Amino acid sequence: MTTRIGERLSYISGIGQSVVGRRTGLSEMELTMQSVQAAIADAGLQPDDIDGLSTYPGGGRGTASGGFGGPGPNDVIDALGLSVDWYSGGLDGAAQLQAVVNACMAIATGLSRHVLVYRTVTESSAQGSGGRAGIGSSGMGRGVPGPFQYLVPFGAMSAVDWLAYSAQYHFHHFGLTRESLGQIAMSNRRHAALNPKALLREPMTLDDYLGARMIAEPLCLYDCDLPCDGSTALVVSHTDTASDAAHVPVQIHAVGTAVRGRPSWDQWEDLATFPGRDPAAHLWERADLTPADVDVAQLYDGFSMITVLWLEALGFCPTGGAASFLEGGSRIALDGELPLNTSGGQLSAGRLHGFGLIHEAVLQLRGDGGDRQVGGRPEVAVVANGAGSTVGCMLLTRGLA
Amino acid sequence: MLPLRLRPFLDPDNQEYWTGGGDGRLHMHHCGDCGWWVHPAAPRCRRCRGANVSPEAVSGRGRVATFTVNHKAWIPGSEPYIIALVELNEQAGLFLTTNLVGIDGDDVILGMEVELVFEIVDGIYYPLFRPRQESP
Repeated sequence: MTTRIGERLSYISGIGQSVVGRRTGLSEMELTMQSVQAAIADAGLQPDDIDGLSTYPGGGRGTASGGFGGPGPNDVIDALGLSVDWYSGGLDGAAQLQAVVNACMAIATGLSRHVLVYRTVTESSAQGSGGRAGIGSSGMGRGVPGPFQYLVPFGAMSAVDWLAYSAQYHFHHFGLTRESLGQIAMSNRRHAALNPKALLREPMTLDDYLGARMIAEPLCLYDCDLPCDGSTALVVSHTDTASDAAHVPVQIHAVGTAVRGRPSWDQWEDLATFPGRDPAAHLWERADLTPADVDVAQLYDGFSMITVLWLEALGFCPTGGAASFLEGGSRIALDGELPLNTSGGQLSAGRLHGFGLIHEAVLQLRGDGGDRQVGGRPEVAVVANGAGSTVGCMLLTRGLA
Repeated sequence: MLPLRLRPFLDPDNQEYWTGGGDGRLHMHHCGDCGWWVHPAAPRCRRCRGANVSPEAVSGRGRVATFTVNHKAWIPGSEPYIIALVELNEQAGLFLTTNLVGIDGDDVILGMEVELVFEIVDGIYYPLFRPRQESP
């Protein structure tokens, strides 16, 4: 008997998103209410139908402490007057996707049938008030604890520094170039031009890209995503409710959550790869599909280099093969063999921090991508989140298998 | 070099790593049973899972596995500085993040040999590295 792939009991029945912008002036709760109410309505449900709730990264990381997270589960349950049988919020696990994985597990165990999942950021507003905190840079008043003590005392303060390690290694060993990374930034920008909610929509040329100021060599400003305010929500439902679905069900075909190497930003054993290698392998172990079946990819682009690493880890090109895969950018265009980050990604649409990519995958599989809809009725989408010590991925299909 | 060095939060596991440089050497956790070097410092060997680990001096010599020149002034007043991942000679994959000193970013190449030099601030011995000097 093969292992039961329990996540296939779940499908995404509804999606919602707040206004997305820079310094919106809206509270984290207002943004969250916009997305969660939209998602519940999109699923054709009422708030009283929701019996589970899951979020990343949980409470305590709102605007006042940097805007990395929104209101916690208790606050949202209370604000909406929900009555749930199960809820969860937290930072640890398979990156932002862990909130979705938790929802799948609650459904597979019978704890819930309709789980509201959300992710809110107010990093732009927090930055405006001087308070945005990068990962690893908070709570350092009494000295830096945990793994970040081996990074931040050396001015390696941000994930951009840690990803620059991978980029430099790929430049040296595999012929990756700034032009390769620029293809991701430019392609995302072309897609953003077709997304009315994207924050940066004006065209970007290679000269624009190459002329941007350096942040951490070889990564420049346009290799970095754009802090924003916004909230994205999903409803994850049990497949036995699919006959009532308001939209074509988007099934969770497989998730990748494994940690097999060292879960670390700077202790990962193999500099040619990154910790996403393990969830990527895990994903394909659980899937009935292969990379060749994927019609559209939403791969985390907190920094362009992360997208390179996911492309390789997920097997869309071999390790070290991204330089040739990205050459000219045609493969990752809307009409290419692997349309990539079709909303503009975090680089151009805004740092909705993983959940924007999930939202876009669902839109594409429904055929609701508007001007940026990928042709040929895409049936399979892959979403990858995170890098370093926090990584996860999932495979979505249009309709139930 | 950096206008500010944030301090590590000291505990019984990492105390010797950060404060034990008075003899000019860096002390890292080492397994007395199987010989594995354990970094970051932890009270169990991650290879044999034994508890017989304790700080021992390393040679302070290694190679640049990868690096970046950081331009963003995360720390107000800082000039561009080199952040490097150094792989110590003691063991494949024994990495630590550090700053390279005594060299321009344009001159750093992957694989170059480097050696330890401490920067001492308020009792913390920050392990930095410089290009390996010829032995006298």
